[in-house]
Amino acid sequence: MTDILVVLETREGALRNASLEAVGAARAAADASGGGKVTALATEQADLDAAQLGGAGADAVLVADAGAHSPDGAAATAVRVAGELGVGAVFVSATVRGRDLLGRIAAGLDTGFAADCTAVDFAEGGFVFTRPVYAGKAQIQVKVNGPVAVASMRGNHFAPAGREASAEMGTTAAEGGKAQVTAIAGKSGGRPDVAEAARVVAGGRGLGSAENWHLLEALADALPGAGLGASRAVVDSGWRPHSEQVGQTGKTVSPELYIAAGISGAIQHLAGMSSSKVIVAINKDAEAPIFQHATYGIVGDVNEILPALTEAVKAAVE
Amino acid sequence: MKICVCVKRVPSTTTRVVVGADNQLDPTGVEFELNPYDEFAVEQALQVKEAAGEGSVTAISFGSADAKKELQKVLAMGADDAVLLQNAEAPHADGATTAKVLAEELQAAGAQLIFFGKQAVDRDQHGVGPAVATRLGMPCITEVVKFELQGDQVVCEREIEGGRETVTASLPCAITCQKGLNEPRFASLKGIMAAKKKPLEMKDVAIEGAAVELVSMSLPPERPAGRIIGEGADAVPALMEALKNEAKVL
Ligand SMILES: Cc1cc2nc3c(=O)[nH]c(=O)nc-3n(C[C@H](O)[C@H](O)[C@H](O)COP(=O)(O)OP(=O)(O)OC[C@H]3O[C@@H](n4cnc5c(N)ncnc54)[C@H](O)[C@@H]3O)c2cc1C
Ligand SMILES: Nc1ncnc2c1ncn2[C@@H]1O[C@H](COP(=O)(O)O)[C@@H](O)[C@H]1O
Repeated sequence: MTDILVVLETREGALRNASLEAVGAARAAADASGGGKVTALATEQADLDAAQLGGAGADAVLVADAGAHSPDGAAATAVRVAGELGVGAVFVSATVRGRDLLGRIAAGLDTGFAADCTAVDFAEGGFVFTRPVYAGKAQIQVKVNGPVAVASMRGNHFAPAGREASAEMGTTAAEGGKAQVTAIAGKSGGRPDVAEAARVVAGGRGLGSAENWHLLEALADALPGAGLGASRAVVDSGWRPHSEQVGQTGKTVSPELYIAAGISGAIQHLAGMSSSKVIVAINKDAEAPIFQHATYGIVGDVNEILPALTEAVKAAVE
Repeated sequence: MKICVCVKRVPSTTTRVVVGADNQLDPTGVEFELNPYDEFAVEQALQVKEAAGEGSVTAISFGSADAKKELQKVLAMGADDAVLLQNAEAPHADGATTAKVLAEELQAAGAQLIFFGKQAVDRDQHGVGPAVATRLGMPCITEVVKFELQGDQVVCEREIEGGRETVTASLPCAITCQKGLNEPRFASLKGIMAAKKKPLEMKDVAIEGAAVELVSMSLPPERPAGRIIGEGADAVPALMEALKNEAKVL
């Protein structure tokens, strides 16, 4: 029976989806260990819903009273609460902020950590974490030897528990930190980030020009929850921002559906998306390597196929 | 100002992974190189020193004797000196153990700024920088794409999901570097010659046990073979059918 602390990610007081997945992962792991308590911790003030977090798998929720995000402050709060609760594991989501907390929390608890986990099992009295290495070209299974297992959960690999339950709400003090987030710029709402999206529409040099991106945007608009991705060739050409780059030197994504249009399928691109559940490739070259990794492929011109696909998707989701 | 940069020798990103008998990467025919993200860290360290017009940059690696080659590259890029914390098991050490070893060395070095890569492209842990900083009681700003030093204030930007955040801290501070931060310089011929005369200290270090135990390494599950649905826009209805009724993702 292992109790687990999940450190939530909130932005401007709102909970991020990835955190609900981490809570779901913790619920499943605690249950596999013979039943344990799952406590979710918001390290700054947030407006949280007891039914939403309870439904995702949390038994209790603690909200700390910090006003803004401090990476080391958040980690210190998590370390203190983990000690107070005597948990056997701490989970975070493998987002930019979550990854940042992982090593700190482990160091604070003087224990080991497992990053970017894609599965958690329970065997011989401890958690076994499965995680990709070498940019997804292999995977390892690891056990944390220390008293507390600290791990981050990769997006789109775990689901909220989906139960009817209300978490018990509480508060806790926030620890101060030396680093402070002083500004956040960027879209709230709008299209989801490629790293978090359940569906991704990605384009490569085969799109021909930055001006042609409306073809991909129209498809992404038609697909609920779709984010936009790009190959490095496109980012290096200045057609799209680096924040959309998928691959070894960009983001790692594992959506339900990844549509690769005009992307050749170089090994460095595959490194970022090959764990997607379903991959659709559209490429005019039948020999393009992407077809060897795609679930479904259409050989042909993106200029012709993307508009047809967009119309078909619009008709289907209505 | 004393600046340190932590670098790791890693298999080249084009390596074809074969799992060896010891559950580790089979090194046969594998080429090794300086971790690409560590090049951004080295470049930033050198730029800070150049802008200040004084100070020193020390490169530190926890590695096997082979990592001398990567440290020499960092010296050739412009670092002043290097320390190799030598242990044959270092390349496979877990992040927490690595952080402990590096923190001990860094504690003694008394650096004002410590640069790391955002991740080493072998185990992809993203964890050593923040873990070292925590052990040293220092703030750490991760995945930085913009770095500025204003007096003793560090002002950085990083990309988070769906936005960009500004994070500030005061010195001493640790930074982990993301692509986009800078353009790493190449080592010049002059730099390579000069590197030969720069101090590269080798220290044997012991590690006590592991914080993370490797159970197994395997290749990822094979994707079920895909299929080409057809050619041109005419194939779209068949694709829709497959997405809806076979893959069930629509
Ligand atoms: C260290 C390193 C790191 C890297 N990291 C990344 C990374 O993170 N992400 C990444 O993506 N790449 C990365 N790369 C680059 C990678 O090797 C490829 O160069 C890149 O992915 C190619 O992008 P592309 O597929 O858009 O372009 P190309 O390889 O030029 O392919 C374009 C494709 O479009 C097809 N096409 C052309 N016209 C049409 C049309 N009208 N209709 C349909 N199809 C058409 C062509 O048949 C071709 O297959 C990295 C490389 C290195 C060395
Ligand atoms: N053995 C090591 N020696 C020196 N620095 C390291 C070592 N391992 C990791 N690092 C540093 O920590 C960063 C992140 O590594 P990781 O947490 O393993 O992804 C790397 O980019 C390096 O800057």
